[in-house]
Amino acid sequence: MSRVPLPYTAKVLDLFRNPKNLGKMEDATVVAVAGNPACGDMVTFYLKISDQEVIEKATFESYGCAANIATSSIVTEIIKGLTLKAAWEDITWKKVTEEVGGLPSIKFHCGVLAVGALKRAIRLYFEKKGAAPEWLPKDHTFEEKQALEEEELAKMLSKRLKTAEEEKK
Amino acid sequence: MVENVKELLKLHEGIKHEVYLDNENSTVVPQEVLDAMLPYYGKLAYGNPTLTHKPGWEAFTAIMTASKQIAESVGAKNLEEITFTPGETEANNLALMGAAAANPQKGKKIVISEIEPINVLNVTDLLKKQGYTTTKVPVDKEGTLSLEKLKEAVDKDTALVSIHLVNNEIGTIQPIKEAVEIVKDQNPAAIFHTDASDAYGRIPFNVQDLKVDMATLSSFKILGPRGTGALYIREGINVERILEGPIGTQKLWPGIENTPLIMGFAKASELAFSNFNANVARMRYLRDKLVNGVLQTMTDVKFNGATGDRRSPDNANISFLRCEGEALTIELSLKGVYVSSGSACSRRLLQPSHVLVALGRHFSEAHGSILMKTTRYQTEEDINYVLDSIPSSVERIRGIVGSTGVD
Repeated sequence: MSRVPLPYTAKVLDLFRNPKNLGKMEDATVVAVAGNPACGDMVTFYLKISDQEVIEKATFESYGCAANIATSSIVTEIIKGLTLKAAWEDITWKKVTEEVGGLPSIKFHCGVLAVGALKRAIRLYFEKKGAAPEWLPKDHTFEEKQALEEEELAKMLSKRLKTAEEEKK
Repeated sequence: MVENVKELLKLHEGIKHEVYLDNENSTVVPQEVLDAMLPYYGKLAYGNPTLTHKPGWEAFTAIMTASKQIAESVGAKNLEEITFTPGETEANNLALMGAAAANPQKGKKIVISEIEPINVLNVTDLLKKQGYTTTKVPVDKEGTLSLEKLKEAVDKDTALVSIHLVNNEIGTIQPIKEAVEIVKDQNPAAIFHTDASDAYGRIPFNVQDLKVDMATLSSFKILGPRGTGALYIREGINVERILEGPIGTQKLWPGIENTPLIMGFAKASELAFSNFNANVARMRYLRDKLVNGVLQTMTDVKFNGATGDRRSPDNANISFLRCEGEALTIELSLKGVYVSSGSACSRRLLQPSHVLVALGRHFSEAHGSILMKTTRYQTEEDINYVLDSIPSSVERIRGIVGSTGVD
């Protein structure tokens, strides 16, 4: 257990102070969540997708730290106008991390989570449609796996907390 | 990376008012303390206290005087019972590892509370390698140790018990006197250590009255300089050095004594105790103003820890629901209000504060927790500024959270 210095970039702080595309989207085509409040990091993406499979608009909500808010904000900006295929292929956690000017390594998972939520949203779109395109891999990407792992850990924590809570009663 | 931080600092330019409430993690050292330290860097007592010249003898006198003063402040019998260490972490390491090494015949069990400071938790983890097992005694929802469970945990194989006097995160005062009685009743040979860093200068206590065998004190927690602290070890309790090197006046801590820091620690202690009641009343007044101000005006907030006489007078720990703590510390920093959080994010771990988890707090309560400690140097105006800054900061972060992460 320890604390490490967190030298956030000015870009991260700027996006934290002035996040773009913040808030719930009532007419979203798909909504996807990644993370869990037990981890202290959770993000929801709302995507408006056209019939041509172009992302017309993306918004987010984040229960997370400055890095989570900044990476989520940048994802909603850079995917706007992209086709789902382009968004799937171009947006990686590394790219997102670069876009915010870098992150302390301990905060890489925040960008991973944001991209994990995006990939889930794209998958969900095709699931709802009932037909997956050829370019969409069946196996989970790195970011999706990481999001799952974090959520599993949160579930374990959650169980432990619940037991502790019951004992106090 | 340093360049990043320089940029971040630039964003803080133009702050109108600054209030430092993160006295848990470091403090401002008052001018009076600095003034008391400075002469020892160049005017007097700059020698090594074990050497045969004037600056050496001056240093010896200074350190012995400081030692006697610290000894008296906790009711120790004599100055030999005080060992200066580089701080709370080192004192706790010396207490547990040093007592374990010196008393191999006493059994292989250690008993602590589940909300001990991190350095105690880490040392007991380290002692596993030497065959020790540790039992963590639970606390209730306000953080008070269960004396029943303590009794169950201690037996003839218990070598060491380490339970803090005041919790550093939630300010709950532990029933140490009763705990010592129970432990000694179960096993008179068990050694009882208490980390009293967060009690010192805040609640009155005396090692004779508590009957503890060892007690840790920290300089910075009483607004002295960082880098020094002390371990009280009752005469007759065997503790071995855990580091080797040249031995001077401190038989259990090798290396050349840091006279200016020790003198700063002694000055901070003098200031804390010369006006003890007024100092405590001041901390409590400001803390209550802060806590009441938040609880009475904001919704979805929860106070963590014990209340009234069972809580340290300086400690305020509040959870802001639907609000992530690290984000809130940054938002407040940009307004000149400096606090820390028990959030997983600010702890670089997935798990939030082990103390709040032990109280049975929900995730959102632990992640949205903010720790603030008042000092006698703060003003009413400072607290008003904090009370003005918190609601808008919390509201902005809650705006980002929206409907996400509400469990």
